[in-house]
Amino acid sequence: MHRVDLKDGADLDGFRRALRGLVALGVEPGEVVWSVGATPSLFGDDATLPADAPPVSLPRPVGALIENVVCHRDPERYALLHRLVWRVLRGERDMLDHHADPLVHRLALLDKAVRRDLHKMHAFLRFHEVRDPDGTERYVAWFEPDHFIVEATAPFFVERFESLVWTILTPVGSLHWDRRSLTVGPAALRPEGLDRDDRFAEGWQRYYESTFNPARVNPTAMRAEMPRKYWANLPEAAAIPAMIRSAPARVQAMIEAEAAAPRRRNPDKAVAAMARQEPVTLAELNRIILAADPLVPGATQAVPGEGPEGAAIAIVGEQPGDQEDLEGRPFVGPAGQLLTRALEEAGIERSAAYLTNAVKHFKFVARGKRRLHQSPTAGEVKHYRWWLMKELSFVRPRLVVTLGATAALALTGRSVVGPAGTRADGVRRLGKASSPSTRPTCCACRPARGRKQAYRDFVADLRRAREGGGRGGLTASTGMIEYSMRSSHDRDRTS
Amino acid sequence: MDDALLDKLEILADAAKYDASCASSGAKRRTGGPDGIGSTTGAGICHAYTPDGRCVSLLKILLTNYCLFDCAYCINRRSSNVRRARFSVDEVVRLTLGFYKRNCIEGLFLSSGIIRSPDHTMEQLMLVARTLRRDHGFAGYIHLKTIPEASPWLIEQAGLWADRLSINLELASDRSLKEFAPEKDGTAIKAVMGQVGERITEAKEEKRRFSPAGQSTQMIVGADASTDLSVLETSDTLYRRYGLRRVYYSAFSPIPEASSALPAKPPPLQRENRLYQADWLLRYYGFTVEEIAAGGEGGMLDLGIDPKLAWALKNRERFPVDVNSADREMLLRVPGLGARAVDKIVEARRHTTLRLEDVARLSSGLKRARAFLIAADHHPGGLTDRADLRQRLVAPPKQLSLF
Repeated sequence: MHRVDLKDGADLDGFRRALRGLVALGVEPGEVVWSVGATPSLFGDDATLPADAPPVSLPRPVGALIENVVCHRDPERYALLHRLVWRVLRGERDMLDHHADPLVHRLALLDKAVRRDLHKMHAFLRFHEVRDPDGTERYVAWFEPDHFIVEATAPFFVERFESLVWTILTPVGSLHWDRRSLTVGPAALRPEGLDRDDRFAEGWQRYYESTFNPARVNPTAMRAEMPRKYWANLPEAAAIPAMIRSAPARVQAMIEAEAAAPRRRNPDKAVAAMARQEPVTLAELNRIILAADPLVPGATQAVPGEGPEGAAIAIVGEQPGDQEDLEGRPFVGPAGQLLTRALEEAGIERSAAYLTNAVKHFKFVARGKRRLHQSPTAGEVKHYRWWLMKELSFVRPRLVVTLGATAALALTGRSVVGPAGTRADGVRRLGKASSPSTRPTCCACRPARGRKQAYRDFVADLRRAREGGGRGGLTASTGMIEYSMRSSHDRDRTS
Repeated sequence: MDDALLDKLEILADAAKYDASCASSGAKRRTGGPDGIGSTTGAGICHAYTPDGRCVSLLKILLTNYCLFDCAYCINRRSSNVRRARFSVDEVVRLTLGFYKRNCIEGLFLSSGIIRSPDHTMEQLMLVARTLRRDHGFAGYIHLKTIPEASPWLIEQAGLWADRLSINLELASDRSLKEFAPEKDGTAIKAVMGQVGERITEAKEEKRRFSPAGQSTQMIVGADASTDLSVLETSDTLYRRYGLRRVYYSAFSPIPEASSALPAKPPPLQRENRLYQADWLLRYYGFTVEEIAAGGEGGMLDLGIDPKLAWALKNRERFPVDVNSADREMLLRVPGLGARAVDKIVEARRHTTLRLEDVARLSSGLKRARAFLIAADHHPGGLTDRADLRQRLVAPPKQLSLF
């Protein structure tokens, strides 16, 4: 017969040590007496177990079950777990799947009780603010769990309240977190006067009473989830009896009160004004864009479009670059300079065209001091699409030239242009929708020989745009198609 | 927190309580770290229960209960004489953080009456979420109500900060909506659900954060003439077409300052309960709307028994089923067996032949199930087909409605 002495509470380490020894010696479950919190046996039987037995390898679910079950108050828990391990190591590795087995079932009940207790402690523990003389915020809680779960709840509270200084006191142990390290302390007594002078505690009570609907009173359902034993430590629970008592009278009063005519003044004007919320000018829309947050964090500011309303040609790029992000204006960086030159060569005055981007914020990855451009995802482009369409509906250009795949996607709502080469296909599929061209940066990043040709094609595209679009005049590399703002916009609204 | 703020809290909590949604689940695991505050665990936590049996998980308040809309079923409609109040963005932020630090809540569920314009209202809601997240590093749960009449870009910005967005359909049919909520438009509401659903799917694919806990909605039951069948058909469409995470059903209950357009007597609360049970059958038990509705009469569910039992009693030729050999789909249709019990049965029967006492360890609903089940040592015999089976399974009806 072996006797194992374990500490009070959830002695996971002690149990693990003993288990290793018992497994090493091949001791059967019936030959062990588990004793908890007793003075060490005079006979010193547990000294018969080897102190340095090797770890026991168990399936993960079994390990997790043991960690929970040792927290239970049931004095038989260690013996039950030993029986489980004994069988698992003797060929029943999937034993936990055998839910109808009486031992598995019993352990499952213990496990469930501990998990419920953990959950209820996470839920029903209330912190009270205590101001230190030096003004530091400190939070103190008192809770009475059913099982030995105090240490097991620590990760939850540390994770959630890492930035606060707090203490949790219970009759079976205490926790203290000072924003850096956790101290596990001894059992505590219920502290007095915790909720003194806490307006938030008062506010919480008022909230609790107000969120209750007397027309649906159902105390049985409440008690099933929040049994009476928790009420003593829940400040809001003090109001429960009165809330239940007064409910029928409150409901009766509601039913008896007849519908009264509205006392308020006639709100017709306000109701009519409510509908006028859409921005009605480009400037208004730009104010909205500038105030909005970027979808991906990092951008300095939104970069709105630039150019006259009523411009014949609108040019839509992908997104602002590093320089545009800093200056808040579109096409001012290296690509912008290239575009300006190309426009000039094509005979388009930059100031007469409307320049904007499909996405209004710069997306990048930081590499040291440099901010490297990152293409927006299709989903991100769609977030910005509302603004682009609205913007173009104010400008009403005769033709929209899209620079690159992103801009084409934004305008058509579909992915149409891959890298150079697939463009012609895209154009054919598109039919009468927009005019994809290449991104100016793409001209610049090609190999020297191809670069010149790409630039020449780009200028030719722009020239065709100036001449009123190239319906039927598609080249293999780019296409110019008239884009009718009105019909597309209307389609967009109704789809 | 001064007295004025306490008063506002009382008014705006009272004004928000008719929204049944309370879930704080579905968000990815996340923590605020040493400079922020809060965490989400994925599962959600109910921090208290009120005597109406509902849980208190999120601080559920309105930003304001002033409203320009005039929806008959709503206590905050513009023609109601209810007390009005309005929070500032900063006040909501302070209340949320204050309660959160005391471990009273999982986060915030913020909705609002429509003031000035839908866009203005939506922007204020978004600002609260943004301030909590960006200025305070708040990592708790945020559920924002979207105002379907607001501009799409505002709704989409809200999705950047919120864990869940919801748009209340309120009434199952467009016709009822027109009658009871003249400013609302069923088609527009569904269009926004579609838009939000699309953004959520894209963001998931691109591993971006956009309303990661999905979207939900609420329908009021018993204010109009909609049958359970039409309510469930609407839910089914919402789940399948818009990928909604949850549809909440709220039995219309008497409110102070009730409109004369509403029925005098509220529906039994049991109707809401049956709809939730049916909703579960729809989502987790492989039932179709038609099958569920066939268990009742005239498009209404049987109030006396749960919809699964109702279906089983009308389809007795498919029972009893053998717990040791029936497939999962059929076991899910056995009254009394929940989805978790069925999964355990399927796992356990690989190890052993199940007897009735084994099933009793796996399911707490054996009393109902035994008439429909065959186990190694049990056969219901003629019990399955007895004319009085319903009476045997159901305790004498209790007065469920309070009136």
